[in-house]
Amino acid sequence: MSTTEGGLTWTVYDADKLTQREIYGLVLTEMGERHPEIVGLSADLAKSTKIGTFGERFPERFFNFGIAEQNLFGVAAGMAKAGLVPFVSTFSSFASMRACEFLRTDVCYQNLNVKVIATHGGTSFGSAGATHHSTEDLSIVRAFANLTVIVPADGIETARAVRACMEIAGPVYIRIGRGFEPRVYDSEDYPFEIGQAVEMCPGTDLTVICCGPVVYHAVQAAKILREEQRVSVRVLNMHTIKPIDEAAILRAVADTRRIVTFEDHSVIGGLGTAVADVIAASGKGCAFEKAGIPDEFSMHGYPEDLMHHYKIDTDGILEKIGEVLGRDFEADEDWEDEV
Amino acid sequence: MPLPAEERARLKRIAFEIRQQIVDVTAWSGGAHIGGALSMTDILTILYFKYLNIEPAQPDWPDRDRFVLSKGHGGVGHAVALAHRGYFPKEDLREFNATGSKLGMHLDSRKAVGVDVSTGSMGHGLSQAVGLALAARVLRKNWRTYCIVGDGESNEGSIWEAAMAAHHYKLANLTAFCDRNHMMIDGLTEEVMGLEPLAAKWTAFGWQVRSVNGHDFDELADAVEFALANADGPVMIIADTVKGKGVDFMENDPAWHYGGLGGELLAKARASLERMA
Ligand SMILES: Cc1ncc(C[n+]2csc(CCOP(=O)(O)OP(=O)(O)O)c2C)c(N)n1
Repeated sequence: MSTTEGGLTWTVYDADKLTQREIYGLVLTEMGERHPEIVGLSADLAKSTKIGTFGERFPERFFNFGIAEQNLFGVAAGMAKAGLVPFVSTFSSFASMRACEFLRTDVCYQNLNVKVIATHGGTSFGSAGATHHSTEDLSIVRAFANLTVIVPADGIETARAVRACMEIAGPVYIRIGRGFEPRVYDSEDYPFEIGQAVEMCPGTDLTVICCGPVVYHAVQAAKILREEQRVSVRVLNMHTIKPIDEAAILRAVADTRRIVTFEDHSVIGGLGTAVADVIAASGKGCAFEKAGIPDEFSMHGYPEDLMHHYKIDTDGILEKIGEVLGRDFEADEDWEDEV
Repeated sequence: MPLPAEERARLKRIAFEIRQQIVDVTAWSGGAHIGGALSMTDILTILYFKYLNIEPAQPDWPDRDRFVLSKGHGGVGHAVALAHRGYFPKEDLREFNATGSKLGMHLDSRKAVGVDVSTGSMGHGLSQAVGLALAARVLRKNWRTYCIVGDGESNEGSIWEAAMAAHHYKLANLTAFCDRNHMMIDGLTEEVMGLEPLAAKWTAFGWQVRSVNGHDFDELADAVEFALANADGPVMIIADTVKGKGVDFMENDPAWHYGGLGGELLAKARASLERMA
């Protein structure tokens, strides 16, 4: 399938060669043709986040504020107040932490139409280390009222999310990676709705709920388990962290009774916590584990090494699923009574 | 006052070796913030090999002078300077950037020996330097605190919050350098977000300002001597530098903010350093 909307010249086949950031830059530029109200803003990371692609095409609608993230978000709020739709891009650590209160109080409190495309999410900046990892951003921004929070699984889903965020009248935070996150989707031809999980693999023994770069690995793990051990693992790509798809989580509780979450983020406050809240409120029993970065500052290293170290790659997911499947859970409880 | 010829020659020799090693580490590690490391090499050299009162064999010596690399992405330059000063074996530089090693791109004070403060997010170091300088006052210690700030980094509001505080508390024991290489990631500082008149800004914030050629050891030494003799408040030394200094194909090219030296590039970079030395 090739996308021709707005004269776009790339096809999804390029998704193998383009990073999420590059696809974002191309999609935003194409949207800029149709939406004169879109403006682009960055803080000395126009090249690094690829919002610069938009800036090259629309120099009069692009603003670089230098290395000054607080001002970046304050200015975006002002522009949104006047009816423009600012797309703001910096690294996710700086969007969520350096500019934290400007995002919360200027943008979210006033429910302004600002779209934050935050790059280098999680540990994807690898060797740059903890100062440049954002393993707390989902936890922080999830707590901001009015804000929609999305973590696309790959470049194709990034395209979908960036297009879709224009339809929301309010602030959106989209967290993407840095490098060549493997492709999960073959084309843009799949149901993408903000707030609705995508079932990547059907399954009845256990449900994996994940987001971002981990989705690829979860799908690999589910395939291996199905083919080699006849274990049926459902994989939900929970691309929208907020509002979370409660119905999909409750179905997983009822159908599989075992849930494990995986994310490139601290186990405190991110996807895992959001899922846990839904399970706890349901009052239904369920074997549950959160996997991600433990309560420590992430180490530096090559991104794939880090995903391996923190057990959010295929091997780590297989190991954790094995543990949770082996847990003596159903024998102790009478599920029917409980429900 | 010009430095004695021998001393100048010694510093130049060391700076040359540090630059060579920065180039090597950039090649081994797959990539580093080499442009801004090469621009501040002469400042690091004069601090670590002339002025800092330190004991590399005793990195936690409580009375040591403190150094804060506010532009923490220059970690590759800082790591090389520390190795040359004897804080750890040069061999350890082989591990720069490697997964789980002691030396990451942005140095971690809890892992890298000799690093007083962790930095990497722009605009934090000068505040920590103010804290160290104030602590010396509270503890009645004579250590001095030195800090290198990036020019692009000076866009951050927090730099100016720290500047205000340093003047307010009359921190004569604090000396900062601005590595004025005129570049940041997206291009020239004056095109991305104008800083000029920069010296006038620091003066207006109450600092004593010295503007020098950041690659001239006589001028750098004069400015530090001025700071040492000055009892009134903090001193900012605006060091005019060249990003990528010493490697001809990197000099003044913003694309070399961060880069790798694969294939023939390493030999080319080394040859250029030799030629320009
Ligand atoms: C708060 C923050 N925003 C953005 C970055 C990303 N970043 C790393 S280096 C850099 C440019 C630094 O420019 P400058 O201070 O002039 O350093 P130099 O040119 O000497 O390398 C930027 C924007 C960062 N490290 N911290």
